[in-house]
Amino acid sequence: MEQLSGAQMVIRALQDEGVKHIYGYPGGALLHIYDALFQQEEVQHVLVRHEQAATHMADAYARATGKAGVALVTSGPGATNAITGIATAYMDSIPMVVITGQVMSFLIGEDAFQETDMIGVSRPVVKHSFSVQNPEDIPSIIKKAFHIAESGRPGPVVVDIPKDMTNPTDRFNYEYPKSIKLRSYNPVSRGHSGQIKKAIDMVLGAKRPVIYAGGGVIMGDASAELTELAKLLNAPVTNTLMGLGGYPGTDRQFIGMLGMHGSYEANMAMHHADLILAVGARFDDRVTNGVDKFCPTAKIIHVDIDPASISKTIQADVPIVGPAKHVLQEMIELVKGSKKQPGKESIDSWWQQIEEWRGRHGGRFRTDDSELMKPQQVIEMLSKVTKGDAYVCSDVGQHQMFAAQYYKFNKPNRWINSGGLGTMGFGLPAAMGVKMNFPDEEVVCVTGEGSIQMNIQELSTISQYDIPVKVICLNNQSLGMVRQWQDMNYESRHSQSYMKSLPDFVKLAEAYGHVGMKVEKYEDLEAAMTEAFSLKDRMVFMDIAVDPFEHVYPMQVPRGSMRDMWLSKTERT
Amino acid sequence: MRHIISVLMENEPGALSRVVGLFSQRNFNIESLTVAPTEDSTLSRLTVTTIGSDRVIEQITKQLNKLIDVVKVVDLTEGDHIERELMMIKLKASGQMRAEIKRTADIFRGQIIDVTPTTYTVQLTGASDKLDAFIETLGTTHIMEVVRTGVSGLSRGEKVLSL
Ligand SMILES: Cc1ncc(C[n+]2csc(CCOP(=O)(O)OP(=O)(O)O)c2C)c(N)n1
Ligand SMILES: [Mg+2]
Repeated sequence: MEQLSGAQMVIRALQDEGVKHIYGYPGGALLHIYDALFQQEEVQHVLVRHEQAATHMADAYARATGKAGVALVTSGPGATNAITGIATAYMDSIPMVVITGQVMSFLIGEDAFQETDMIGVSRPVVKHSFSVQNPEDIPSIIKKAFHIAESGRPGPVVVDIPKDMTNPTDRFNYEYPKSIKLRSYNPVSRGHSGQIKKAIDMVLGAKRPVIYAGGGVIMGDASAELTELAKLLNAPVTNTLMGLGGYPGTDRQFIGMLGMHGSYEANMAMHHADLILAVGARFDDRVTNGVDKFCPTAKIIHVDIDPASISKTIQADVPIVGPAKHVLQEMIELVKGSKKQPGKESIDSWWQQIEEWRGRHGGRFRTDDSELMKPQQVIEMLSKVTKGDAYVCSDVGQHQMFAAQYYKFNKPNRWINSGGLGTMGFGLPAAMGVKMNFPDEEVVCVTGEGSIQMNIQELSTISQYDIPVKVICLNNQSLGMVRQWQDMNYESRHSQSYMKSLPDFVKLAEAYGHVGMKVEKYEDLEAAMTEAFSLKDRMVFMDIAVDPFEHVYPMQVPRGSMRDMWLSKTERT
Repeated sequence: MRHIISVLMENEPGALSRVVGLFSQRNFNIESLTVAPTEDSTLSRLTVTTIGSDRVIEQITKQLNKLIDVVKVVDLTEGDHIERELMMIKLKASGQMRAEIKRTADIFRGQIIDVTPTTYTVQLTGASDKLDAFIETLGTTHIMEVVRTGVSGLSRGEKVLSL
């Protein structure tokens, strides 16, 4: 049997797991591992400029491919810098393996140099974590880490490795396990057939059904099944912020995103539905608004891989624990084989009602109230120039909501954003992580002048590895989302939401060796954007001046029902 | 309502902190908690008593089940069960109080397990409310120290919590 050091085993295990890229930053506790990395070529390491970016790159790779991304960070500050990225992945159920260096095992607990209790610090934001206590365990621990990260409800797993576990002189038998069984961890592989039957009976009897689908459809690789079922039922589909692309955005049956900044028709349809089929969604507070007023006439069927997500905030009438893909497949078979079919008359009149709501264009932006370019226009142009086919990685703020509302995602895994944690600084590293793995695809980072500055240092990583992403910065010269809340709830007292002394982003991009463009007039936008995307092998930073006074609408009225919305600064439902 | 939740889990370092962390992270309440290895030294059995609405208890059991180290979870209070807690209570005992304490301890089927000229230490086992009643009967004036193990329990009859 092969004899390897702990450090070599870490790298070999990653090779055996089929990992092509890892994202990281070296330090004292990782020196043995970095030396083992140096002496091979299979696993390519990407040196970021801040550990947070490494985690976001790994995370975005996972969001685009469904496979766990890998980050490698040193002990102490390296590990704590990774926490935001781990928490981001945790909140959105993204598979990720984060390998953290640790001080030598005999120093643990002595406040040694660069010692942080990473298992303790990360505990609330990981699916699981391992601390290596014997070098021989490294292969099985890494195997378990990938298995846990990717199966069931996915999530990040931390593997903490004390430096002395990786000594180059201590060698051990290496064998990578083919499969792993954990007696305490058995994620469900299919839904309960009786429950599924009961659900379909209700669905077929419904007069005003709505399918409400979330990120579980994307991560559960179930968008084809979702689409097929929706078509069979002729039911309207709404997606959560995490679920966009899970159902084709340009299809007639798609009624838009729901929730706080959801479309007028989606929120109205939810409120008036008599049946809600929730798939891979978790009735999060940004979706339900006031829970006591949520969808008063609806029966609720809730399909989720995680039983703890069911009836957590909203009581389900029919709970179904299982992977979205399998459950939807069974549902499709049942509908196809059933004598009972959706009541044509009632579904037609439901659609008539929905089309009437859709026709009102509730909450759509206007261009006649200002001379300035509207951020929504920029996103519509982006959708047009990239033919709705780009990977769009977003930061957090108004620009994120505009991207979610106005970019039409027809495919899953292409809308990549921090939904649960809302992490500013996510967008640029996320775009990098996707682009490195899909070099032939268009990859865009939609950002604001606030968010982009949270990981702007990665422009340097982009130069080093030639990662030609396109940054679309909706520059409203303010922390727009904060400012919007201040406008609406604090009589426009703009406390600290104004970004004074912004850098010249064009020069900044150029300083890193990239292309910078400034656009101030809508007339120039299409030509500039087309040019930016024609520069296939260059990173382009588009600094686009947009109306700083714009708000995101619709916006639900706090603690109201789904249908209680502001549609403009003066109009309410 | 008060519930007794029994958890069978891997006897791994850090497993207990995950359980305790879960309770504080999700704002669940812990009334008492006991843990020790079982006859199989790779497994630990943890008992936690908690108070919450049905919805909260459902979340507690589901969230516990989600922890990777947790093998099985049962809410003992859902069925017939036996619960016990052990208490040792050190009391000032001089003069006529000595006889009085002895009598009360006998009534509660407690045992005096340590004696000095001025103190008695009584050991008492039972459901938690019995221990509460003993403390109440004695009044606080003579009590020097109380230590309780927290509740342990299991289901009656054939029902078991095992692999
Ligand atoms: C790391 C982090 N800090 C603070 C916030 C709170 N926050 C949410 S949106 C926002 C403003 C974002 O500004 P910008 O990136 O310019 O986007 P805009 O809303 O202007 O489009 C802030 C501060 C956050 N989400 N993340
Ligand atoms: Mg801004």
